Amino acid sequence: MFSSIVIAGVGGQGTLLASKILSEAAQRRGLFVRTSETIGMAQRGGSVSSHIRIGSQNVSPVIPLRHADVLIGFELAEAARQLNRLKPDASAVVNVDCIVPTNVALRQGEYHCDGYLSAIKKNIRNGFYLNAAPMATEAGDARTLNIVLLGFSVGAGILPFEEDEIREAMECCIKPKLLEINRKAFLLGTGAARKQL
Amino acid sequence: MTKRVCMGNEAIALGAAKAGVSVVSGYPGTPSTEIIETFLNEKIPGIEVQWSTNEKTAMEVAAGAAYAGARSMVTMKQVGLNVAADPLMSLSYVGVEGGMVVVVADDPGPWSSQTEQDTRHFAKYANLPVFDPSSPEEAYQMVSSAFDLSEEFKLPVFLRPTTRVCHASATVDLENDPGPRPAAGFEKKPDWIIFPALSYRKHGELEQKQKLISDKVSALPFNRIIKGGRKGIAVSGISYLYAMEVIKEFDLDLTVFKVGTPYPLPLKLAEEFLSSVDQVMVVEELDPVLEEQLLLVSAGKNEIFGKMTGDMPCNGEYSFESIKNRLLKYAGAESADPDMVEIPNLPVRPPVLCAGCPHRASFYAAKTAAKNYEKTVYCGDIGCYTLGNAAPLNTVDTCLCMGAGITIAQGIKLAEKETKCIAFIGDSTFFHTGIPGIINAVYQNTDITIAVLDNHTTAMTGGQPHPGTGRTAMGMPAKPLDIEKILRACGVEHISTVDPFKYEETVAAFNNALEYNGPSAVIAKAPCIALIKLPGAVRRVNEACIGCLKCIKHLGCPAMSVGNDGKVVINESICTDCSLCVNVCPVGAIKKVDRNV
Repeated sequence: MFSSIVIAGVGGQGTLLASKILSEAAQRRGLFVRTSETIGMAQRGGSVSSHIRIGSQNVSPVIPLRHADVLIGFELAEAARQLNRLKPDASAVVNVDCIVPTNVALRQGEYHCDGYLSAIKKNIRNGFYLNAAPMATEAGDARTLNIVLLGFSVGAGILPFEEDEIREAMECCIKPKLLEINRKAFLLGTGAARKQL
Repeated sequence: MTKRVCMGNEAIALGAAKAGVSVVSGYPGTPSTEIIETFLNEKIPGIEVQWSTNEKTAMEVAAGAAYAGARSMVTMKQVGLNVAADPLMSLSYVGVEGGMVVVVADDPGPWSSQTEQDTRHFAKYANLPVFDPSSPEEAYQMVSSAFDLSEEFKLPVFLRPTTRVCHASATVDLENDPGPRPAAGFEKKPDWIIFPALSYRKHGELEQKQKLISDKVSALPFNRIIKGGRKGIAVSGISYLYAMEVIKEFDLDLTVFKVGTPYPLPLKLAEEFLSSVDQVMVVEELDPVLEEQLLLVSAGKNEIFGKMTGDMPCNGEYSFESIKNRLLKYAGAESADPDMVEIPNLPVRPPVLCAGCPHRASFYAAKTAAKNYEKTVYCGDIGCYTLGNAAPLNTVDTCLCMGAGITIAQGIKLAEKETKCIAFIGDSTFFHTGIPGIINAVYQNTDITIAVLDNHTTAMTGGQPHPGTGRTAMGMPAKPLDIEKILRACGVEHISTVDPFKYEETVAAFNNALEYNGPSAVIAKAPCIALIKLPGAVRRVNEACIGCLKCIKHLGCPAMSVGNDGKVVINESICTDCSLCVNVCPVGAIKKVDRNV
């Protein structure tokens, strides 16, 4: 198996942990993993993306344009930003939440909620959409958004993993005291996906 | 042997631990920071780890340990090496006893740096070997080799990962860690004292060692030839992976010379490669270090293409895309461009100060006080507070390098006497290289205002301790150095310490400091919001809001946006109840409420 997954969001949304869990799941299956992350200055409210390439060693850590099989979009504009990184037949899970940067209010930037959503829908045949924030809050902490989205993605069948593989990887990447609410978030995610299938 | 997905920086630390390192020092800087953090998180017994005050001190601490026979490692980002250049250049003559690895992380792009300088050049300049890993798993292997090479030739050895190695992760085969190797102990001998006569002799020895090192590294697995056609490519660092993906995807018949030690060049291998090909395309980020050396070795026998012929980009980081068509053209294949999807204009998300960041309050107060003067220049420095340059704060007019704000301000003041100069500096930068500039201001009696933004941590790199925090990297209690006392000891007489969230007091402190004739200081003291627990209260905008957007236009707080009704909305999940916005609202529409109500 060779699979390239891109996770996109805004700094602070927890894309790093989601990427770490997917890497761990692949590693547990004995597959070679290569990833790339945005760390540093760009993290503070900036656009961030995690690239995960599974099953091949001699490849770039950054997924080339038109080479990704799967997209998990944590935010609408950031999901749209990755459209050209996806293969024409890629699958995606997109959180439809919009995080509008302050510069838009200052009239120094633009943001087109509807435009991004229609560009995504037009270009992704196998796409799933959800509003993940209320589920994360229901799980007990807004910061479990990343786990809701992972649960939803595996539940929707767009990841090259089974639910149990992600669950087990999660158990060893998350601090014990935070596990309970994250398990709940994961279940809410998988459950919501099942309802859409 | 165990397999683990490691970040490049993690792999470097684990590789050093396996090689028996016992003293590690460094100063935080993206993309190098997580190397030392790995040592701290893994809690490997018997390794002394420290965040030093700056890269020069870190380099010297590691050198001292290596003098005493320990294996030592020092870590920094590329611009940090400029600060540490003085000890390094002398160290290449004096040498070491125990292995010493100097890890300098380069940042092509640059993503989070002032320059795109190439540490491979620095290694060549200092006559010291440099390993250039193409991946985390190779970085892990290279660390051991670097220690062995350092001990064999009694020289410090560079490891130079780049951002895409440091912050990439990969499956790494971890070998058993035998634990730190005990140091033999410091042996007294004249070779440790750098006098001119010794320098002359050591310079000669150093030059002679270069050929021996080149022979040695020719045999290392990091340098190799992958046989193909009569057209060749030479690659260094991460570019190897980009090139290999292009070659594989388009099935190109190229001979690949993979170079893991760009200095000294593995000469025997380079000759073998050059004799097996007619043409060479050199694929390396930043400077043409490999290209220049291959040109010399080839001496006109091969056609060599790269940056110097304009065939490869000379700045920015490389990628699959940036080298693909160049390699296809070189190999005689058709270029290939995928169809692109049309996307409506995307938002730009420049990095911003967090909601509740005390720096925003300090900048706003300084700006308010400066309104009394015709012209005020705000000299910034390196840290989160560089972000004060963005609209609407616009309170960083200059930023050069660590510690430069205070001294640039002095130069501007000398050239433009009527202008007020405020130099902002963070607490960690204050200890790093701020103090000599302060002493200079006092000595020359230059009328500037120094604003120390003390948030009690090294924030931009993720919150490392420093001499003012009262604890060491390893978590031990330390004597917290008092910034106000240091300023006073340096001779600054007009100093006020304020809580920047006490808006009126802070404005008054800046007013008084600006009015004072001579060097003055304001210490704005409030912890980084990443260090505090979110309070139980937040701020909420009520119906009294008139939609003037003054709060947004003056402060640019990321928690604030405009709702559909044109009134301001506060994102309560990130509001810290810092209350700065309350000082700006003309109608008192921003009220304190309980979080989650």
